[in-house]
Amino acid sequence: MPNMSLKKNEMPVQDPNVRNKNFKEVALGYTEEQAVDEANRCLHCPKKPCQSGCPVSINIPEFIAKIKERDFEGAYQVIHQSSSLPAVCGRVCPQETQCESKCVRGIKGEPVAIGRLERFVADWHNAHATEAPVVPTPNGHKVAIIGAGPSGLTCAGDLAKMGYDVTVFEALHLAGGVLVYGIPEFRLPKSIVQHEVDNLIAMGVKVNTNVVVGRTIEVDELFEQGFEAIFIGSGAGLPRFMNIPGENFKGVYSANEFLTRVNLMKAYKPESDTPIKKNTSVAVVGGGNVAMDAARCAKRLGAENVYIVYRRGLEEMPARKEEVEHAMEEGIIFKTLNNPVEILGNEHKFVTGMKCVEMELGEPDASGRRRPVEKPDSEFVLDVDCVVMSIGTSPNPLIRNTTKGLDTNKHGCFIADENGQTSREGVFAGGDAVTGAATVILAMGAGKTAAKAMDEYIKSKK
Amino acid sequence: MYKILTKKILNPTVTLMEVDAPMIAKKAEPGQFIILRVDAEGERIPLTIADFDREKGTVTIIFQIVGATTEKLNHLEEGEFIHDFVGPLGVPSHTDGLKKVAVVGGGVGCAIAYPIAKKLHHLGAEVHSIVGFRNKDLVILEDEFRAVSDVMKLMTDDGSHGEKGLVTNALEELIKAGNQYDEVIAIGPLVMMKFVCKLTKEYGIKTVVSMNPIMIDGTGMCGGCRLTVGGETKFACVDGPDFDGHLVDFDEAMERGTMYKEFETRKREEVCNLYKKEVK
Repeated sequence: MPNMSLKKNEMPVQDPNVRNKNFKEVALGYTEEQAVDEANRCLHCPKKPCQSGCPVSINIPEFIAKIKERDFEGAYQVIHQSSSLPAVCGRVCPQETQCESKCVRGIKGEPVAIGRLERFVADWHNAHATEAPVVPTPNGHKVAIIGAGPSGLTCAGDLAKMGYDVTVFEALHLAGGVLVYGIPEFRLPKSIVQHEVDNLIAMGVKVNTNVVVGRTIEVDELFEQGFEAIFIGSGAGLPRFMNIPGENFKGVYSANEFLTRVNLMKAYKPESDTPIKKNTSVAVVGGGNVAMDAARCAKRLGAENVYIVYRRGLEEMPARKEEVEHAMEEGIIFKTLNNPVEILGNEHKFVTGMKCVEMELGEPDASGRRRPVEKPDSEFVLDVDCVVMSIGTSPNPLIRNTTKGLDTNKHGCFIADENGQTSREGVFAGGDAVTGAATVILAMGAGKTAAKAMDEYIKSKK
Repeated sequence: MYKILTKKILNPTVTLMEVDAPMIAKKAEPGQFIILRVDAEGERIPLTIADFDREKGTVTIIFQIVGATTEKLNHLEEGEFIHDFVGPLGVPSHTDGLKKVAVVGGGVGCAIAYPIAKKLHHLGAEVHSIVGFRNKDLVILEDEFRAVSDVMKLMTDDGSHGEKGLVTNALEELIKAGNQYDEVIAIGPLVMMKFVCKLTKEYGIKTVVSMNPIMIDGTGMCGGCRLTVGGETKFACVDGPDFDGHLVDFDEAMERGTMYKEFETRKREEVCNLYKKEVK
């Protein structure tokens, strides 16, 4: 008998007033009983609409069926055929706009909690699996992956499964890209990312950290070294600033810098050698997931007041609804329809405040969103000692400036077709490096598609 | 992990290390830098490439012991390993077409100025080196500079070695003596570079400075190293570290450099105490 409850099984979470003082994971995950009970809500629609909503096309009803049978390892194997990073995706995918948005149970009531079930299965596997991953039979071909973020790791995993000799080049000292420097520990524990990377290494993938492609080695040299195809998954890591007065005062961070100090360098731990400024009041400018992450980190670092300053309304915020709710529960103050115009500082050039204006929504712009318009005489000063700019990023120019014949668009993104093929033969690209800043799962989907295209390309040369 | 092949104490606060890093050695050019992390809890710090040997696959760094990380680094010995070492980063110094250049180095900045002077010398340019130190005990690379310089001025603040005075005094003297430089290249403490630029601006001589702001990743992804140059925001790690000194906002750069002063002082004390305990 299916479970006909209209609501999802709640996932246990840390109390907001406890969790906003620690960096431990907020959501605690389903127990086996909760997972089986939730799995019983799935109706096993023959058309599997949910699967069409998943960028990497996981066979969702099949893995859920295994959970019902309490064959958790079997469920993992189903997911693993399509996804190399399920413990990550189950946590950070915006399921409400993907798989769960297509779920039939969502028409009347809440959809099946596919993301929570995926997370449960991946965590169960990581806790219980004892067998080392199967090392595929080598096919004698060498491929290079630039960037160890979600797209690069997925591409590497898929190619390794096909028997390729895969080398990943990563500029930072740890693999994971945004999963290690951007998304905080309390949303995605770093041990989970490391576990997924270790799985890839166990499958024979070589991960070379501390290599900046474009400086340490160039794309053309990789071909000279015998790599037959190259995937560029270098992301969009170049931060934007607002270019308003006072932006270089001490206490103004890009979200990338703030989050890198906190997440990658662990500045919140006393034993870390990396400093971060102690703040009383922090303004985070922007309304995306990155802004929510930065605000929630600022709160956990001990700031009394943390503001999200966003020029549009709450409805227009690009951040996931769940992240906005979590932030509100933790005491983040939302100042929507406000826009900074100047950052104020003292004689030592430390931030003392942020001058803002109020906004109202006017006519829809080219993107269909209502354009924010400044209200006359609405200027006010927000009393803060730190400002985090989280207004977007664009691709780093290093690779495009050092590689001939690789076309980019006016935003600096690599131009690639639907298979990830760029203007250079043998060079594929995907993820934020192609689309500009987007989501983890879209990057993974792009890595997956490119792996297939790279395999076809190399086989066609024989 | 990156092996330390040679360690040399150049003076009581400055150490040289030759590190096994073949991929970086193959690509390195004067003016570029590396980022290193001493250990697993370590922060990432930038250090300029003082020399490199493409055949041996080594990169030389010269660092002044100023805080916790450089203190820890200085406790590593030959045969031990640096956890992370990445580069070469930044844009190489521009040296093409220069016929006569004054290279001005201050303190440990001389370690960065030296490879540039050496390259210019090898390219056939006339190199006038002006190097300054607080006193005799802190002098580094004197013989190396002499070997690549047509004119060499060594200055100390107290006159305990070479001539007494500041590098700006020596530079002004050379300019007044009729030397016409295509360019002045100044590398050292911010305040020194600021005053070199003030001087050369009066004489209308193009001046390039090598900036050393706080950095994290060194690849352009955070903007922690941003500077104002000619009214625009630049990231020193990817747009520099060399900039037109007459356009740099030095006062802002000096302020930004003090951001973590308290933390740095505390961390250094912690590290020093740790080593004292170990000695007992």
